[in-house]
Order: sequence, then structure tokens, then C-alpha cells
Amino acid sequence: MDKQNNDPKSAVHCESISKKYDEIEALKNINFSVNPGEIFGIIGPDGAGKTTLFRILTTLILADSGTASVDDFDVVNDYKEIRKQVGYMPGKFSLYQDLTVEENLNFFATVFNTTIEENYELIKDIYQQIEPFKNRRAGKLSGGMKQKLALSCALIHKPSVLFLDEPTTGVDPVSRKEFWGMLKSLKAQGITILVSTPYMDEASLCDRIALIQNGQFLKIDTPKNIVAQYENKLWAVQSDNMYKLLTDLRANELTNNCFAFGDKHHVSVSNEQLTMNSLKETLDRLEHTNIEIREIEPTIEDCFMQLSQK
Amino acid sequence: MNNPTQHNSNKVIIAENLTKKFGNFKAVDHISFEVNRGEIFGFLGANGAGKTTAMRMLCGLSIPSDGKGLVAGYDIGTQTELVKKNIGYMSQKFSLYEDLTVAENIRFFSGIYGISPAERKEKQEKLLKDLDLESSKDSLIGSLPLGWKQKLAFSVAIFHDPKIVFLDEPTGGVDPITRRKFWDLIYEAADRGITVFVTTHYMDEAEYCNRVSIMNAGRIEALDTPENLKKQFGAKNMDEVFLKIARNVE
Amino acid sequence: MFRVAGYRLHVNPNPQLATRNKQIMKQFIGFLHKEFLHIFRDPRTMVIIFGLPIIQLLLFGKVINTDLQDSKIAILDQSHDNTTREITSKLLSSGYFILDQELMPGADVEDVFRKGKAKMVIDFEQNFEQNLERDGKANVQLLADASDPNTARILTNYASAIINDYIQKEKLQNIQLPYQINTEVRMLYNEGLKSVYMFVPGIMAMILMLISAMMTSISISREKEMGTMEVLLASPLKPIQIVLGKVTPYLLLSFINAVTIILIGTLVFGVPIKGSIVFLIAESFLFILMALSLGILISTIAPNQMVAMFVSVLMLMLPTILLSGFMFPIENMPTPLRILSNFMPPRWFIIIIKNIMLKGTGILYVWKETLILITMTFVFIGLSVKNFKIRLE
Repeated sequence: MDKQNNDPKSAVHCESISKKYDEIEALKNINFSVNPGEIFGIIGPDGAGKTTLFRILTTLILADSGTASVDDFDVVNDYKEIRKQVGYMPGKFSLYQDLTVEENLNFFATVFNTTIEENYELIKDIYQQIEPFKNRRAGKLSGGMKQKLALSCALIHKPSVLFLDEPTTGVDPVSRKEFWGMLKSLKAQGITILVSTPYMDEASLCDRIALIQNGQFLKIDTPKNIVAQYENKLWAVQSDNMYKLLTDLRANELTNNCFAFGDKHHVSVSNEQLTMNSLKETLDRLEHTNIEIREIEPTIEDCFMQLSQK
Repeated sequence: MNNPTQHNSNKVIIAENLTKKFGNFKAVDHISFEVNRGEIFGFLGANGAGKTTAMRMLCGLSIPSDGKGLVAGYDIGTQTELVKKNIGYMSQKFSLYEDLTVAENIRFFSGIYGISPAERKEKQEKLLKDLDLESSKDSLIGSLPLGWKQKLAFSVAIFHDPKIVFLDEPTGGVDPITRRKFWDLIYEAADRGITVFVTTHYMDEAEYCNRVSIMNAGRIEALDTPENLKKQFGAKNMDEVFLKIARNVE
Repeated sequence: MFRVAGYRLHVNPNPQLATRNKQIMKQFIGFLHKEFLHIFRDPRTMVIIFGLPIIQLLLFGKVINTDLQDSKIAILDQSHDNTTREITSKLLSSGYFILDQELMPGADVEDVFRKGKAKMVIDFEQNFEQNLERDGKANVQLLADASDPNTARILTNYASAIINDYIQKEKLQNIQLPYQINTEVRMLYNEGLKSVYMFVPGIMAMILMLISAMMTSISISREKEMGTMEVLLASPLKPIQIVLGKVTPYLLLSFINAVTIILIGTLVFGVPIKGSIVFLIAESFLFILMALSLGILISTIAPNQMVAMFVSVLMLMLPTILLSGFMFPIENMPTPLRILSNFMPPRWFIIIIKNIMLKGTGILYVWKETLILITMTFVFIGLSVKNFKIRLE
């Protein structure tokens, strides 16, 4: 149960939320709170339960048990109020493919009883990037542009809470970075943002995150704290034959586990007997060349993997 | 049927000015590169850069508008059937038939690639043992967790020991541990001499490749080992390389 | 090539070709095997393959019954003598006819037809028996409702045959005087027995029903498939707004369709519009609204566009053709099908159109059918709004 906020009102609050689909438990006893004005990330792979959780919070489906509220409105009883106030961007963007950029925006403005002009300030920075294409059909936009349009449509009525379900999935890395930049400036305007993503590297861009796997939260905290709570030491190891290195490191009895991380392997070490020098010697004997071993700070991905193996 | 150009059996892919046009739009614009046997070759690029179109040509699924290509020694313009017989393919969107069991899927794909029943039985046993899926032989694919499905799909894709296997974003959305286990399989395959041609959005996976090419707007903007690319662009990791290239071109 | 008993046998000169052919065969069989597995594991496909043909066969068999039985007729007996009563009883015991009512002399025969109560009126002239015995000739008039020309023709033929048979059997014992009963046949509303008079209303109903229902049925399913439905649901829009918002544009467009069909019917095929054109258009409007609402209802139930279209086409088209009275008379169908036919909106609409176009009637004669259509519309809209899930599951 996470109650780190001191504000009397939490933007989002979940207590003991559970949801089952046939035999599969999509969500098991979810508890958390989001503070107003936070960027809160829900980080986890496909099938972890992120979309289910978002749908419950945006009142689109009912949980089997537990309670949840958005802006102090109950998701079951006060769903009409919530639907007036939240911005929702579901996975795959959900835009009208055969309507132009401008027509999409106008439609959503009307649906939320507002006009583009009324809250233009809010979406200006984002919209200006796609404005040159305002007469192009949404179906013909690139992934990055669709993203920006969908975000604009979700913001058009100046929501108090923004729910973004995997907004960066399937989008190129450049657009991904730009998108997070936009989120930061939205936060500055006081909008609470809940984002879900399977990309672990995006976790560090959030104020607080919840790591989710198989319907359960593994941990809820700031990225910094999570990294600080990593058990054991973490070393980054390199050599000229990375594949052989991987098998050798795993075969070594003194290491906990070893995973490939790009051009280095991350080795988790708890045994005091193993020092960097002794490891280097062992690898030397196994005919590795250009061996480099460094102690490093764990990434969120390291933490996730450790927590999910418990 | 012997192909006289098959002399260069060490080069599994030879692409020369490969081009694909849709009307006036050049989806793939004169790309040239080579891939060696046993390499893990990363084929990167943003969505819409032309990756998928290029891959379809290499798999014999789309005839080039211009240029030439040889995959597994066969011409992708005129010998598409032979190309298909000698490659494996797996994508994120489709791997195996959800409403068939593991064994039925293996049997079906074995039939397609002309593997005899005796050979199939032997290889199937080994496959299931290696993946630790012996108990799931008669389970429907749809009932297996995502991670198992991906690993199984890969194994089925290389069941017939093709010279090269094409992987289209095979690890999208999968949890980090399963992702790495998947790459373990890729390493093993490469070790066995199967060339792996993989596209991915995870930049750390780019580092696992022997060489990497980055496509942008139909052209190959960079092609080298990850190490060299990082030096060339003064970047800490492949993510930065990618960003620098993308920004340069804009 | 080698010789056996003097004949040349050709061994396949190309063993590679044989192997290749074997491979292709093996691949093919492997593929077949997979397809069978898919089919047997999909319950819907099984229903289509086995269930549908059986249902269709039973339906067709029962419905396509061109023998008419128990058709309602009215008798206008201006003589009431033994002969007319004998002929009447022979007609009524033939199994082809059922007496709807006996008309009094001076009764409004047209009214009977307008109300749709009888398909044929048999009018015996005054002093029938006397005329027959004295002059050897008597007249009987068969008036038939030819808005369904096939039925009219068959009924008049039946009646004529029975009457002639009566003469042969009963009266010709006395060979001296050849008796003759003149049967004058009058086809009302469709003198030329043009089948197009029957078809055009039927086709109109079928087309409007199909197109309207189909259009709206895929509309909601499409939003669900595209994912935009999620966004709409998470907004302040109410279900009734969404439902009506989906119906209205199609209403306006289908309207143009209806007018076009009527125009072609009259200008090209010569179907008359004896009644009020405005009234005709108003009723068409109602029918379209009903069909659109039905489409929306299908849409709220169907999980995706394909199912929605499938249901619209199969479930609506076939029953429309078979059970609406468009081609096959409802009176001949077995009771369960007759009851089912009551639930077919086109059945009622066809009656309305025929009445307006061919018989020139006003609201007084079709109020019952109109009310039925109105009720159906409200029910469909009501159910759509109720069914419309305000949540995703």
C-alpha cells in the first residue's frame, strides 16, 4: 500500500483492485496512489495487465473487486463525471483514419463540449508540429505524427488526469524521445499523467513508477529509490567473445546470474569471495581477451529482472 | 537444379541496388549490402523507412522494381520459390497457428518444407527437450504464455535447417528475461551456422549483432559493426547512433 | 523403356520429376490436414457447413409450395338456389378454398379486397338455376385480387375447373340440353396480370431492408474494431446520442434510394400509384427507419464487422425473400412458418405498399400494419440503447 502523498486529494487511487478473464488473473490486488501533477509510469511487458488497469481507471470495464477513484470520483458510481474530465489515449492511437487531422481534432473538441481555440495554449507546442499536415487524412500520417495528433485529441478539453496506454509502442526512437519531452511540459501545466510502457529505459523519465508483471506490482517508488534498493553488486563485463563470455559467466559458480545488456553483460554478484580481479583471472584462463570489468549502477531493467525472479 | 552463381556460398545475402517502387514512391532506394554465413545481421530503421519492404523482397515475397539480389544463392527476382524453400521466417504478428497444438504445428511446417516423418520425429523430440516443453506437446499454441510461443516459433522457423532465418521484430513487448532467453536461441542458431537477419526496435539488441545496417527513407545510411558505428558517430551506445543518424537526415 | 509381352512400357524417364511431384503432393496433403483441423475446431464454421444447408432445405421445401390451399374467398350469391349452394359447397369442400364471408347483394366487393380479407369473390347472378334450366346458360363472375397475379390466376383456374366439373358430373346426365356456365374472370388491380406489380413492392422492401440494416450494422462494429469506440465511451457522449447519430445520416441517404426505386417502378415498369404519393413516401420513411434501427441493434450485438455483415445478409435476406409473402404466399406455409412470418417487417411493408400503389387505399386500411412497423422501430431503438454497452465488455 503506497501512501507517500501528503495531499488530501490524490489524482488516482486504487485499493485492492482485481480482475479475472475466464481463468486468467489479469490483475491481482492492485494498490497505489498517484499524486496530482505527477508523471506516474506503469512499466511492464505485454500481458502484464497495464491495459486492463487503464480501462478500469477510465471506467471502460469493471473490476471484479476493489475500489478505485480518479480525482476523488468513484470509477463505478461516478463514471459520468470521470468521463467528462479525463483524457484517454488507448493503445494504437484510435484515430479516425479517414478524417483529416483538423477534422479529428474538431470532432473530439465537440464531443467534449469545447472548441480547439479554448484550450489551444495547452496543445499549441504539440499541434504546431503537425499543423502543416492539418488537411491530411489521419490514416496517412507517420507513427510519430499519429502519436502527436492522438495526444492533442486527448488534451483538447484540458483534462485533469491524462491516461496514456503505451503511447510509444511501435514508434521510432526519435519520436519516442520527443514525446516524453512533450509530457514533461504538460506536467508543468499541472496535468497528472499516467503512462504505461514496455520500454524500461523510459522509466527514468517518470516521477514515480510501478513495475508490473503478471497482474501484480513488483514495486512502486521513484526510479532512484528502486535502483538504490537493488540487492547485490552489479558488474558490467566485456570481452572479445561476448557469446562465449555469457556461457562462461553463467557457468561460474560464484556469480548469481548474468544477462546480456547490449555490448556488455551484467553480472549480479553477492558472494564476497568473488572479486573483480579473481574474475578477470578466471576469464583470462578461459582465453578471453580484452577483458573489462566495472561496477555499475543498476538500470530499471536490472531491477525489474531481479524482482520478477523472486 | 544447380545455380552457377552459387559459387559464393559464404555470402548468404548479396543485394545490389535493390529498389522497390510503388508508383512514384521509392520505398526502397538502391540498397546494396552483403551478409556472411553465420552472421547475426541487424536490420534497423524507423517505421516507414523501408525495412519491411526490403525484407519482403529478400524473402521472395515481392519482386524488386530494379536491382538484383541473391539469397541463399538464389535470385530473388526469378527464383522466388527456391528462395522460400531455403529460408526461415518469423514475425511478431504471426508465428504459429493458435488453434493447433505444438505437435500439429511442427507437423504442418515439416510437411511444407519436405521433412520426412522420421526426421521430423527425431528433430521434434530434440526441440521439445531443448526448450523444456516436452509436457506441452499436445497443448494448443493459444494456451501457452507469450514467451514460450516466441521461442517455439523461432525453433519452428529453423526446423528445416535453412541457411538463413529472417526475424521481423521477434521480441516486441516481451518481458526482459524472455527477451534475453530468445537471444540465447539466436546465438545458438548462429553458432550452428544459420545466418540470422533480424529487425528490432530495441537498441540494446542491436549490440548483439555482428553488423548492423540503419535504413532511412529507403536508403541505407550506415552499415558496420556496432563498435565501429559508435566510434564513427561519437556515441556511447546504439541508441545515440540511431538518434544522430535520424537527426542528420532530417 | 522395356518390352513386356511385346508391348512397350514407358518408365518415367525423369526420376527427379517424380520426386518433385511427390513433394508437391505431400505439401498439399499436409496443408489439407491443417485446414481440416482449423475447420473442426471452429464451431461457427461447423454450423455454416452442416447447420445452414439443413435449415435452408427445410425452409425452402416448406415454403415453396405452389399448390394453393385454404385460400380465403367470399361468395356473393344473388340466387341462393340449390345449384348455387351445391356449387358453393363443392368449392368449399375442395380444400382449395375457405369461406371468409358471404356477401349480401349490393355489397362493396372492392372493400373486401382493399381490406385484404379475400383473394377472390365468386359472384353468382340472380336466378342462376332458373337461367340454367331454362336457357341452358348461367353466369358466374370470378373476381380475383391480381395484385398477386400468380395466385389470382391459380385461384380462378381452380374455381373454373371445379365449376365445369360440376356441370360435367351433375347436370349432364340429361344429354339433351348442353348446359353451360359462363365463368367471367375479372382480375382486379392488375388486369394485365403483370408480375412486376408483385415484384416491385417486394424488391423495394428487400433492398431497403438489406441496405439500411447492413449499413448501420457495420457502422458500430467498425468503431469497435478500429478502437475509436474506446475513446468515444470514455467521453461525455451518451449512448442515445451515439445511436441516433449513427442512424440519421443513413436515414437521409436511404430515402433517396426509396424515391429512386418508386420512380423506376412507375416510370420503367409502369406500376401505378393509385394512392397518395406523399403517404407512400411517409410509409417508406418509416420502413427505412425501422431497418436502420434493426441494423444498429445487430451492430451492438456483433463483435466485429464481418459477423455484423454476415448476420445482416444471411439472417435478413433469406427470410425476407422466403417469408415475407413477396414470392411465396404466406397462407400456404405451415403454421410455425406463418407465425415466424409475422415477425418479418417486410411482410407488413409489402402489404402497405401494395395497398397504396395498386389499390389506392389510405391510412384507414393499413393502420394495423403501420402500427406494427412503428412498434418494431421503437423496440429496436430501445433495445439498441439498452444493449449499447457503456463499458467495453
